[in-house]
Amino acid sequence: MSARFAIHVASAALALLTFASLPANAADTVDPAADAKVFKKFFTDKFPKLGLEDFVNGPYSMNEDLHKQWEEKEQFPPYEFSLEAGKEMFSKPFKNGKSYEDCFPNKGIGVRQNYPYFDEKEGKVVTLELALNRCREANGEAPFSYVKDDMAALTAYMAFTSRGKPMDIKIPGDPRALEAYQKGKEYFYTRRGQLNFSCATCHIQSPSIRRTMNIAISNITCPMSATDCRFPARERGHEDRDAQVYLRRDASGHGCYVGIGREH
Amino acid sequence: MASTIRVRATSTGDTTEVQALIQHPMDSGFVKDAQGAIIPPHFIQELTFEYDGKAVFVADWGGGISKDPYVKFAFKGGKKGDDLKVSWVDNKGATDTTTAKIQ
Repeated sequence: MSARFAIHVASAALALLTFASLPANAADTVDPAADAKVFKKFFTDKFPKLGLEDFVNGPYSMNEDLHKQWEEKEQFPPYEFSLEAGKEMFSKPFKNGKSYEDCFPNKGIGVRQNYPYFDEKEGKVVTLELALNRCREANGEAPFSYVKDDMAALTAYMAFTSRGKPMDIKIPGDPRALEAYQKGKEYFYTRRGQLNFSCATCHIQSPSIRRTMNIAISNITCPMSATDCRFPARERGHEDRDAQVYLRRDASGHGCYVGIGREH
Repeated sequence: MASTIRVRATSTGDTTEVQALIQHPMDSGFVKDAQGAIIPPHFIQELTFEYDGKAVFVADWGGGISKDPYVKFAFKGGKKGDDLKVSWVDNKGATDTTTAKIQ
């Protein structure tokens, strides 16, 4: 009887020991700055000939022919229609007379690079889409679906007003922010869906001249480019020609980690 | 209402280069919507560019052309300041036309 008792105590102690070690382990591995360095090094090692500012343009920075086609397209960009629709939507006041300008700093112009941000009062990540929908609901309008054209046009317009500005995602030292960051990071690397791909499968494991280099390796040095406004982007590698829109929204909802990989 | 056609024509020497972007859903008739019903075909069937009363570019399109089609071509002739007329007709009988000056 006492032997059994001893075994029970021993196994209980072992269990306690194992569980006790877990939280400590998780807490000291969240280091966005260190992650950013590793991330950056991975890409600069892989593509040594590219300048830092070229990464944001993806395949267009790596292939002369593509670059020429891209520059030509910029004269008559296919995203123009979405941009105009977005501008119209943005300028139109709500039923109660107010408008999106009242919800954003600097009237919503040239602020897109600051999203998503961590709201320390709320303890929550606020994406641009969330901020826009909150603005709508606060003024008596129905929120937009994240995966339909309306929201895409609005965010495309706002991104266009920030064209040329580097993404400026800030991750405060607040443990809740770091937790959100960690969640985002885990999401980024988790395989999911029918094809069992993670975001990393295409964006880290296999970037090439053909696709998916649109990851800013430093949210400080990589300016937003025309690729932010490609709605819908048919020349991308995503099956559905509108898929880039979905991916964009999807990625934007997942923690501050997206600040390091610019939301694609 | 604004035209669905944006066109830019530039003349250099004896050639005029034309670029056009047309806003049109170009539904092929093979795609299903979220409820599983076929989205009916709705696409431009004929696109014409006319200069000096003559057609310099005619396109016969089917459902395989993507949404918001972009066209680029060059033709011999064309002087700065002259008109270039662009028009399209789709399978529902809708049309649009616009005229641009060659730059």
